[in-house]
Amino acid sequence: MVKEIERAGIPVVHVCTVTPISMTVGANRIVPAVAIPHPLGNPSLSAAEEKQLRRKILTTALGALSTEVDGQTIFEVK
Amino acid sequence: MKLEVGYIQIRDISLADESRIDDGVLYINTKELEELALEDEHLEAVSFDVARPGESIRITPVKDVIEPRAKVEGPGDVFPGVVTKMSTVGSGKTHVLRGAAVVTVGKIVGFQEGIIDMTGLGAEYTPFSATNNLVVNFTPKEGLTAHEYEAAIRKAGLKIAYAVGKLGVSHKPDEIKVYEFPSIIEATKLYPDLPRVGYVLMLQSQGLLHDTYVYGVDMKQSLTTMLSPTEIMDGAILSGNCVSACDKNTTYHHQNNPVIEDLFEEHGKTLNFVALIITNENVYLADKIRSSDWTAKLVNYLDLDGVIISQEGFGNPDTDLIMNCKKIEETGTHTVIITDEYAGRDGTSQSLADADPSADALVTAGNANQVVTLPKLDRVIGTLDYTDKIAGGYAGSLADDGTITVEIQAITGSTNELGFSRLSAR
Amino acid sequence: MSKFRVVHYINQFYAGIGGEEFADHKPEVREGVVGPGMALAGAFGDKAEIISTVVCGDSFFNENVAEAKKTILDMVKKANPDIFIAGPAFNAGRYGVACGTICEAVKEELNIPVITGMFEENPGTDMFKDKMYIVATKPSAAGMRDAIPVIAALALKLAGKEKIGASVEEGYLPNNTRVNFFEKERGSRRAVDMLIKKMAGKPFVTEYPMPDFDRVEPNPAVNDFKSITVALVTSGGIVPKGNPDHIESSSASKYGEYDITGVNDLTAETYETAHGGYDPVYANADADRVLPVDVMRDFEREGIIGKLHNKFYTTVGNGTSTKSSKQFAAEYAQKLKNDNVQAVILTST
Repeated sequence: MVKEIERAGIPVVHVCTVTPISMTVGANRIVPAVAIPHPLGNPSLSAAEEKQLRRKILTTALGALSTEVDGQTIFEVK
Repeated sequence: MKLEVGYIQIRDISLADESRIDDGVLYINTKELEELALEDEHLEAVSFDVARPGESIRITPVKDVIEPRAKVEGPGDVFPGVVTKMSTVGSGKTHVLRGAAVVTVGKIVGFQEGIIDMTGLGAEYTPFSATNNLVVNFTPKEGLTAHEYEAAIRKAGLKIAYAVGKLGVSHKPDEIKVYEFPSIIEATKLYPDLPRVGYVLMLQSQGLLHDTYVYGVDMKQSLTTMLSPTEIMDGAILSGNCVSACDKNTTYHHQNNPVIEDLFEEHGKTLNFVALIITNENVYLADKIRSSDWTAKLVNYLDLDGVIISQEGFGNPDTDLIMNCKKIEETGTHTVIITDEYAGRDGTSQSLADADPSADALVTAGNANQVVTLPKLDRVIGTLDYTDKIAGGYAGSLADDGTITVEIQAITGSTNELGFSRLSAR
Repeated sequence: MSKFRVVHYINQFYAGIGGEEFADHKPEVREGVVGPGMALAGAFGDKAEIISTVVCGDSFFNENVAEAKKTILDMVKKANPDIFIAGPAFNAGRYGVACGTICEAVKEELNIPVITGMFEENPGTDMFKDKMYIVATKPSAAGMRDAIPVIAALALKLAGKEKIGASVEEGYLPNNTRVNFFEKERGSRRAVDMLIKKMAGKPFVTEYPMPDFDRVEPNPAVNDFKSITVALVTSGGIVPKGNPDHIESSSASKYGEYDITGVNDLTAETYETAHGGYDPVYANADADRVLPVDVMRDFEREGIIGKLHNKFYTTVGNGTSTKSSKQFAAEYAQKLKNDNVQAVILTST
């Protein structure tokens, strides 16, 4: 899927838990997520903390989209 | 460890006033089993049916299949840490009611419960069309969470299978097999010239409906570890697992792990079977990395020449499989992996979610996306309400004429990745 | 039962005309059996009959493809066979390409089943193995005796429109279409046997060769989010509560497109997951954990991004073939493009 969006000419970032699959399928901008059942959340946190975590991941995702890459790159969430 | 397994051949099951085994017929007093099941306050009701090979019966939605077994000589008893008290099993004597199975069904928990047809095309794809099945149909109490419901029926099914298994304790087995699994040093001394082989058994551990229990411990909370294969024969590993019906390992599959059987078959002849490693398939990437690191580390410590790796499920566990394979190959140990494929209904898609050139020896249990049309059968045990919803089904799967068109993904055990069956693909 | 009608295609060499110096031979049609057709006819017995044989020089075919194709198609059309057989070409490159090309034309334009045979390294193999059944042969004509019965058996099945089994059963070269079949031994036994061979350094055949994955060049980075529309896409199966389009929990046959105009937060009451491959409890309780609409709205309000696109696209990754996923994505990527979306965040479970 990620490749088809890229092929259509739209920059795309893949936020996913299993980054090796993302690497294998050929995403170029990759941001690691939290866990398979809750990639952008963590039910053990409070609602406010969880939203903060989600914001951090998405900020990293926007950061990835605004970074030039010349091959597959994983952008770790800081 | 040394385990003597006695097989008592069961050729029929009959509901009766008194539970007993007589001349290969398993008689069941359902009243006793009902009381046992309803000890759990989460369950409202339970009913029993018998499904025999060749009968025009469809069982669905199937949750687990369990072989009735019980220990004649301990220590411990089957399903330790869950149904019986915690004790290391895998030695002594165990009796098996061969040809019988307890099949649990009931209102669906998630999406991934299966179909067992006792006759017709569907019967060719499931091993449980060949067993005499005591089908246990559970009704949960209102308002249970999915977690509570799943746990309740899992335990009740095991308790029933154990109670049935105990009927065989005083019977003389029709066949006896002895499995011996000495320490790795002794094993190496015994067959110094044969290649030392291990088995890496991957267990689903992805959360609700995707869990496997080892001595009662949820495998997702465990690091990669080791067991004697005889412990598995005594029910040390249990399925709490509803990944797609085709490639989840039911408890029955664990009890009769075919890789273990076939490695024992070659043990002392062409190879020296010295190690069983169990590992998990978790949802966090860090877990995947850690567990596969650990698997490769153990293989390296044990100085194995070759391993077979079996997967459970599909999709992201393909990554666990490939990580295990790649890291073990990097230690210089040969691998063969067993998996199944999701190549699309027309068979032309990429079969696996992950791949690596090191996985050059692969055994496939077939394409789970293959579509089959199952005939209408005379009787349904359970309900067809969920046929369109279970994994492998789709809107319109159940036709007005009673036929069901589904991917074989929906059939219990069709593409089992322990290599339990003969289905394959090219 | 009447016999199937067969037209057989061979080159100048197998027709007994001659070698390389006669490779310019123009297409001709001869009644009945010529050269290797004799062996084929023997293998068919009374089930099929070679009614005519088309002979063409390899050089002529490959240097005059359009003309050769047209002439031969006319010949085949006239004969109106139930099956068209070319070769086998073994490892002869130009012969292999000619067999593949003419088979493809007969299949596509005349809608007649076709079959050929080649050595796996024949250049024709790579070009045509996904388009027709190519029986695996030895490199040279010494393999004729082995190849003929396999070609004949498969040809009869194709002519009779029977179900074709897996490549290992039927003897054709793997063609990137996976076909299920029942092996003689169970999987575990095959794994043990394969391991014994691998450890001993003996040859073994994997049941699924590892695939090559294609790559797409990354698009240039986004310079300024403040002025653009960003869209959310997910393979985590987030759908409005009740799954109005009945997207399947596994092996999904469709994707969802849903309007989120005015939606600032996904709640347990409004959204859920249709995905059957993971524990749905967390996503059902708060679908923002998979499709982060809440934070994207914050970004929009704070001016970090220009706009969150008013539609999101959703698929169930679970067990869905890569081919379907690709097709879905190609479709909605075009929609996103048309809606002037300039960046996409794709989330996966």
